[in-house]
Amino acid sequence: MASLVHRNITQAIPDAVRITRLNRTFDGRRVIEGLDLSIAAGEFVVLLGASGCGKSTLLRILGDLDRDFDGEVEVPARRAVAFQAPRLMPWKKVWRNVTLGLPRADRQLAERALAEVGLSHRADVWPKVLSGGEAQRASLARALVREPELLLLDEPFAALDALTRIKAQALVAELWQRHGCAVLLVTHDVEEAALLADRVLVMKDGVIAHEHRIDLPRPRDVADPAIARLRGRFLDWLGVHH
Amino acid sequence: MTLMTPFRPAPDLVRLRPAGTRHGAARGLRRAIGPVLLLALWQLASMTGVLPAEVLAAPSTVVGSAAGLIGTGELQAAIAVSLQRVLAGLAIGGGIGVLLAVTAGLTRLGEDLVDAPMQMLRTVPNVALIPLLIIWLGIGEAPKIALIALATAFPLYINVYAGIRGVDQTLVEAARTLGMGRAALVRHVILPGALPNALVGFRYALGVAWLALVFGEQINATAGIGYLMATAREFFQTDVIVVCLVVYALLGLAVDFIVRLLERSLLAWRPSFTGT
Repeated sequence: MASLVHRNITQAIPDAVRITRLNRTFDGRRVIEGLDLSIAAGEFVVLLGASGCGKSTLLRILGDLDRDFDGEVEVPARRAVAFQAPRLMPWKKVWRNVTLGLPRADRQLAERALAEVGLSHRADVWPKVLSGGEAQRASLARALVREPELLLLDEPFAALDALTRIKAQALVAELWQRHGCAVLLVTHDVEEAALLADRVLVMKDGVIAHEHRIDLPRPRDVADPAIARLRGRFLDWLGVHH
Repeated sequence: MTLMTPFRPAPDLVRLRPAGTRHGAARGLRRAIGPVLLLALWQLASMTGVLPAEVLAAPSTVVGSAAGLIGTGELQAAIAVSLQRVLAGLAIGGGIGVLLAVTAGLTRLGEDLVDAPMQMLRTVPNVALIPLLIIWLGIGEAPKIALIALATAFPLYINVYAGIRGVDQTLVEAARTLGMGRAALVRHVILPGALPNALVGFRYALGVAWLALVFGEQINATAGIGYLMATAREFFQTDVIVVCLVVYALLGLAVDFIVRLLERSLLAWRPSFTGT
């Protein structure tokens, strides 16, 4: 027992992501330049940046969707991505979408994952009948059903209406606490960053230009003045004068 | 100070009407009006002598001949033979077309090897190959089936290939992030994604299969609808010729109906425009 406690104190939390000297160019234009970053296991990191700053490229590299980079990138074998568009296969019923890529189509597993995102009643419908929020939740269920150690979220709330977005953000916070996976959420919504992140990174000119750790308790409230202050600071960093 | 909405002239309002329920039967009836009208006109022209029987038999005569041909069993036998030819040709041609399309669609090597020759051969009119087919395969069943196979292979090839290459790249990416291997990707993403196009190809192939059948059955046939037509020609039996034409049309229609049913069940997932 004593040794366990001792280990917790002395040993740092292991990394879920380790990136060193990462470069990525598009036709000679450097989008990511000598980027270093590590994300601890279970940490919720939000990556902010203006459009075209390379944040989505970084996420694609971590998701193994872009291999034209150089540098060192280490990620867990078990990882999942949820994109801005839900990207459900339209020809598969919702529950089959959830089990895609698993060794076998396990109905019970799918139902449990769908129940977690409040979609139990939608297991047997075609994706075309889902609302935008439902489709995005199905996409989250599909990501989480494989118990990822790293969850990559590429602006997953950007296409949702304001009300649905608030609910979806709360759902992600809750799911993250339950599953304990590391999360990298890419967004340009500063409020979202302040509400969800353990650590906020602001990307600019291909590197991490600013970094901020948020130790506020959860669940966080938009009305909290501390959140408003963070929001202002992030906007400053992004070069938006308010 | 009170803020008031400034006065504007009244805009013209139009009443939007709900679509209401259109009865399927009523719509079917409406669709039948055109053909029925055409038939009536034809019958009238025959009865008044405007359309002589040696040019075109009256619809009533055609119905009578059809009844006669069915009574002797000639028509059924002919249909069975022709149907067999179409099915055999379609199976062979369709099989080859789909196989080549999958090869060309899935791999770049396959594309380089298969696509260029297929695109070249596609432009050769199939009917122009009849002399060669006769030299190679004689005048039995083989050249007839080969002609149908040739005609059906291309539409299936082109549409299945286009379907495979048209699969949404974002879905392929999503599949990759789910850890799908190549085989799973093909089975769960690429082939289902190509299905709408494949069915278009299938429908088109069925259409040209009948066309090829008509040409094929001109090659020294001793049975089948084409044979029935050829003998009718010898005796100027325009009624029998029309019966055969109607049979061709009905078979085509029946097959189209089957494909529609197939589409409805296989493509139930597709959100698409269904017409107004």
